[in-house]
Amino acid sequence: MNDSGEKPIIAVIGNGMVGHKFLEYLVENNAGDTFEIVCFCEESRVAYDRVHLSEYFTGKSAEDLSLVVPNYYEEHGITIFIGDPVEKIDRENQQLISAQGRKFNYHKLVFATGSYPFVPPIPGKDREHCHVYRTIEDLEAMQASGKTSKVGAVVGGGLLGLECANALKNMGLKTHVVEFAPRLMTVQVDDGGGAMLRSKIESLGVVVHTSKNTQNITEGEQCRYKMEFADGDALETDMIVFSAGIRSRDSLAGSCGLELGARGGVVIDNTCQTSDKNIYAIGECALWNNAIFGLVAPGYQMAKVAAENILGDTEAAFTGADMSTKLKLMGVDVASIGDAQCRSQGAKAYTYVDEPNEVYKRIIVSEDRKYLLGAVLVGDVDDYGTLLQMMLNGLPLPEFPDSMILPRREGDAAPAGLGVDALPDTAQICSCHDVSKAQLCEAITGGNTTVAQLKSCSKAGTGCGGCVPLVTQLLNSELVKQGIEVNTDICEHFPYTRQELYHLVRVGKIKTFDELLDKHGRGHGCDICKPAAASIFATCWNDYVLKNEHAALQDTNDHFLANMQKNGTYSIVPRVAGGEITPEKLIVLGEVAKKYNLYTKITGGQRIDLFGAQVHELPLIWKTLVDAGFETGHAYGKSVRTVKSCVGSTWCRYGVLDSVTMAIDIENRYKGLRAPHKLKFAVSGCTRECAEAQSKDVGVIATEHGWNLYVCGNGGMKPRHADLFATGLDDATLIKYIDRFLMFYIRTADRLQRTSVWMENLEGGLDYLREVIVDDKLEICDELEKEMQHVVATYECEWKATVEDPEKIKRFRTFINSDKKDDTVVFVEERKQIRPATKEEKIHFKQLAETA
Amino acid sequence: MNAVLTESENNGSVSLVWETICNIDELVPNIGARALLGDTQIALFKVDDNVYAIDAYDPFSEAAVLSRGIVGDLKSEIVVASPIYKQHFSLKTGICIEDPSVNVKAYAVRVVDNMVQLGYEPKD
Repeated sequence: MNDSGEKPIIAVIGNGMVGHKFLEYLVENNAGDTFEIVCFCEESRVAYDRVHLSEYFTGKSAEDLSLVVPNYYEEHGITIFIGDPVEKIDRENQQLISAQGRKFNYHKLVFATGSYPFVPPIPGKDREHCHVYRTIEDLEAMQASGKTSKVGAVVGGGLLGLECANALKNMGLKTHVVEFAPRLMTVQVDDGGGAMLRSKIESLGVVVHTSKNTQNITEGEQCRYKMEFADGDALETDMIVFSAGIRSRDSLAGSCGLELGARGGVVIDNTCQTSDKNIYAIGECALWNNAIFGLVAPGYQMAKVAAENILGDTEAAFTGADMSTKLKLMGVDVASIGDAQCRSQGAKAYTYVDEPNEVYKRIIVSEDRKYLLGAVLVGDVDDYGTLLQMMLNGLPLPEFPDSMILPRREGDAAPAGLGVDALPDTAQICSCHDVSKAQLCEAITGGNTTVAQLKSCSKAGTGCGGCVPLVTQLLNSELVKQGIEVNTDICEHFPYTRQELYHLVRVGKIKTFDELLDKHGRGHGCDICKPAAASIFATCWNDYVLKNEHAALQDTNDHFLANMQKNGTYSIVPRVAGGEITPEKLIVLGEVAKKYNLYTKITGGQRIDLFGAQVHELPLIWKTLVDAGFETGHAYGKSVRTVKSCVGSTWCRYGVLDSVTMAIDIENRYKGLRAPHKLKFAVSGCTRECAEAQSKDVGVIATEHGWNLYVCGNGGMKPRHADLFATGLDDATLIKYIDRFLMFYIRTADRLQRTSVWMENLEGGLDYLREVIVDDKLEICDELEKEMQHVVATYECEWKATVEDPEKIKRFRTFINSDKKDDTVVFVEERKQIRPATKEEKIHFKQLAETA
Repeated sequence: MNAVLTESENNGSVSLVWETICNIDELVPNIGARALLGDTQIALFKVDDNVYAIDAYDPFSEAAVLSRGIVGDLKSEIVVASPIYKQHFSLKTGICIEDPSVNVKAYAVRVVDNMVQLGYEPKD
């Protein structure tokens, strides 16, 4: 391709979040019909979510972070050149040349080159193990340094700096934050908020140094390096990450003569046009009204304005952006709204400080106390959504503005003006994707009645995620207002959700299905509610599942304590805790398989599966297995399956802790636990992660500082990496957290909802889960532990109980009136083992039999 | 104890032959049992003092599994859910609820002196 293209060309330089958003706007407006669209991407991968970059450290992959749906560009006729930055622009001839020599004559050119991390000119800043924090490659380099470091320092105590500090802390490093200004997060919070933030972060073990001007980085004595400060102090550290602000990547723009700001930035007007009318600049490289906007939402607004102007809508204008933010740094909630520093003319502030609970709240109001101008919240940011909307929409404050931040005690009426109903239709609920209240209401009317549906159809809540509580509030309020009823009943027999049924059973001490049906249901029940109730009874009371009153509730797998396969035969999986098995037991399995002619296969969970047993064979097989010391493996149940492990420190030269013993202990603790869905675990003995713990519901990985606990991962149809939940745990704390986590999941999940989906639907997500399980926010942890203790204490092997009970064995007859075998079950041999015959093979055999 | 299809309901065109299968007490309420009627596999169910009999062979999975499904009701119709792909079959008629164009055979059942008997048309 060269300048002979027929359609005029729109060229985009940069494929970051904003550059990609710009392309999306072009696609939405069918710009491809009129223009040829090309984009130059300097990095080795297409646009990814830099806002959530730190999640790369907690298990998200580069693909997880990608913002571009596979084939999106191809399908929409956009040509993208990856790893090929633009090097030269000839504005006179409207021509650009890329590093790889591609030449294009552009009609319009858009700079979305973003920013680069500012590194103060300190001697020694370029040493090895000195990093910045901007790209996935930067994170990979940080990770590599972290492995050979014990102490880490972050230069810069702003938002990104604290995120870096969290990453270092999670890598197990002794972490320091070095800030030039007298307080943390100078841009977003005031002195009081900064002090509260500091005390909270320090209590987490991160050392904060403020008013420190680093002058030199030299060789260290205890550590790799020594940072020397202007005041004579020094700090020893093994690695350094610079996060001291950003600068516009404006060198290309400058070299082709576009107007730049005194301190950098490509100057743009309200239409995002630069000093050249054919060239636009958007995002962090652009300077509007002498300001650079280092957040994604204003960048997205610029992308929209530029796209609309290029496509002919000259009305579209960028008129500044709200820089309010809410975030969680190292588990500390911080929010900043509007004029957080109280700089407006005549502004007055109200401040509430709760030292014992480490909460700081401050609101800035107009001189006449009628309107909210800004706010700072530390430690409790529940009111962020409401306050932000009040400020943005100029809603009047209540008579006593301090009621907005004073704690609401029981009996207090909610202060006036709060709540989503008070917002005008035009209120922007999601600032990242510019979604208004009216748009969301329309989507709700259109049948999107869950938060997940709203997120996927409107994109609201999928940027920074800060508006999700507000979206949820709006959804609930609209559903009530529009009289839309969402039927969450488990089935036609019970007008309750699984969670409600669980509660009814637990609190009402209901022990049987008949009693449950009698008190709370109708009809006979069905294949939905019966197994759900059986599972709830099993968790709550842990009776033998084939007890007369429970037997009819079980799925065939639970009924015959084996896994039904496609031809109606069963497979048998004895428990092999942690995947550890003696030669003697292996031989028993081999002998049983040989005697009953069973197909034998190793499972993904480090056990052995024996296939092809008919119903009447199951008790015979299990008698042998139980006598040899095997227990049931619950492979048939919605229950705890396996705890996979690597060999760990006992054998492996890299092992840090004894993963096998931990895996066996965990498996023996939770074996038999029934849950809304199957549960898989794994324990790895070091961060090489050979047990693949990050793909499990509960994953445990050994580090030099103790166990790291991951939760809510799964493989299967929609794989999900587990989230890092807690780090550096001792054995007892690890078990305590897993106890609480599992019981909380069992208590609140829907039927057949795996932990991953459960967590994604949990309002407040991972942070909320930590509050419940680590901080005991709901004050239920004692109860959860007791409930788990009951299950652990009352465990019995279902197969042992069954083979010891002649009455139960009677149910394992193939025919009630004959001792014949099921002749519809036909096997053929393949690779020296049996497999079910295909339909054609069965017909063939039948014909043979008939002609014989 | 009721049988589902009685002789009189069977239009009387062909008189049925009755085969005794088992004692009624051998059937556990709401749990299916499998029986052989000649070479044919039958799924037997005792629900609310009624006894039902349909083919055990599930046309969807092509395996004889219907006696091992969970029994229940859907909009008052007594059904069994196939344990393999979860389709529901009416125990009275054998018709599949999800796809009424598919059905399994429902058999005449009666209980005589506590013995469960299945009725079938004699072969010529």
